[in-house]
Amino acid sequence: MIKKMTCIECPKGCLIKITLENLQIVKIDGNICIKGKTYAGSEINNPLRIVTSSVLALGLPLKMIPVRTDKPVSKDKIFEVMSLIKKVRVTKPVYAGDIIVTNILQSGANLIATRDVPA
Amino acid sequence: MIEKKLVIVGGGPAGMAAAISAYEHGVSDILLIDREPYLGGILNQCIHTGFGLKYFKETLTGPEYAGRFIKKIKDISQIEVSLNTFVASLNKNKTLTVLKPGLLVEIKPEALIMATGCREKTREMMHIAGTRPAGIFSAGLAQKLINIEGLIPGREVVIIGSGDIGLIMARRFTLEGAKVKAVIEIRQKSRGLARNIAQCIEDFNIPIFFNHKILRIFGRDRVEKISVCKVDNNLNIIPDTTFEIACDTAVLSAGLIPENELIEMAGVEIDKKTNTPVTNELNKTSILGIFVCGNSFKIYDIVDSVTEDSFIAGQQAAEYLGRLR
Ligand code: SF4
Repeated sequence: MIKKMTCIECPKGCLIKITLENLQIVKIDGNICIKGKTYAGSEINNPLRIVTSSVLALGLPLKMIPVRTDKPVSKDKIFEVMSLIKKVRVTKPVYAGDIIVTNILQSGANLIATRDVPA
Repeated sequence: MIEKKLVIVGGGPAGMAAAISAYEHGVSDILLIDREPYLGGILNQCIHTGFGLKYFKETLTGPEYAGRFIKKIKDISQIEVSLNTFVASLNKNKTLTVLKPGLLVEIKPEALIMATGCREKTREMMHIAGTRPAGIFSAGLAQKLINIEGLIPGREVVIIGSGDIGLIMARRFTLEGAKVKAVIEIRQKSRGLARNIAQCIEDFNIPIFFNHKILRIFGRDRVEKISVCKVDNNLNIIPDTTFEIACDTAVLSAGLIPENELIEMAGVEIDKKTNTPVTNELNKTSILGIFVCGNSFKIYDIVDSVTEDSFIAGQQAAEYLGRLR
């Protein structure tokens, strides 16, 4: 079986062809670089995505603080991560890279701020 | 009248890169102006990842990419930053009339870099028939409402046009619990990057209709539905293919127009079709000493290229100032 997919790792967006035999990957082509190969493998076994959103700030100069997971999380966990994100309220100043939620949904990824929001 | 060596209008990625580069090429006495209360420009609302792969060799969100340049700017004392500052006019001697809260001043720089970015095409430019109810947003405005203001502008959304911001917003609306009922693209393929079709549309099984055109927007107070039909590859309507989609929100993502009204006011020659300065050299205009960089010079696909070319603008301004001496 041949599966086609677009690599999302960079703006080139290579069209990758994965040849599967008995659910095992036997060949990957179409990727320009090694990242495409890693991506294809992960898409077959456990697709991962970085989740980005914004969380509500209270008593800070910005209304919303942009956030992301510091590692990709399982694609089928995205909406669970989102419903958690919607409950988060930030009341103290944060800086880009600060952890907002540790080990979100036991995924191993932290939710971090992506913008400085000083007092 | 305030005199300056170099004024840069626009504190987004283009303006910040130009300022840093001008400083690194020996210019002191630089003034960087932005009308918003923060540096960073449009990057502040582009909270998704995908920025910086070329320039920083890692994938960053918009605010993270901007943040790195904002830090750099703050560390350079020769770059003065003026926020909440709006340029009202510009004349051919490079004199700017500038509005700040409670203040109206004239500033005369020896060299000027315009990094004013772009704006979105409007419904009027797309010639969409129908009523004018609430619920019609440009993709960038919807992005600002959700990501900066924390407001979800609708529950049942149709995205019209498949530019990158439209695709990104299809995902954003979906993540926030809204239903994106369709993306309508008049051409045979997306205007956006293939990766955005994959990670914003296919990941969430959002229906995307290529070779389809929006005919009409319906609704009295709020958008109620839109009608759509099929077109051939020459964009001619195929008869008897019309159907309707119920929705409360229409998001337009039909392309960007460089913003160059100020230099046009000063007499710079502008290509009316693209709204960019007429030139055959990067960042240059028909008036010596007025440079344009970033999305106001031409529409770029990725911010890394904006940064790269805007660094050149800073160097060009430095060279120009060097020759004046
Ligand atoms: S394979 Fe490499 S070059 Fe191609 S899209 Fe993926 S990361 Fe980019």
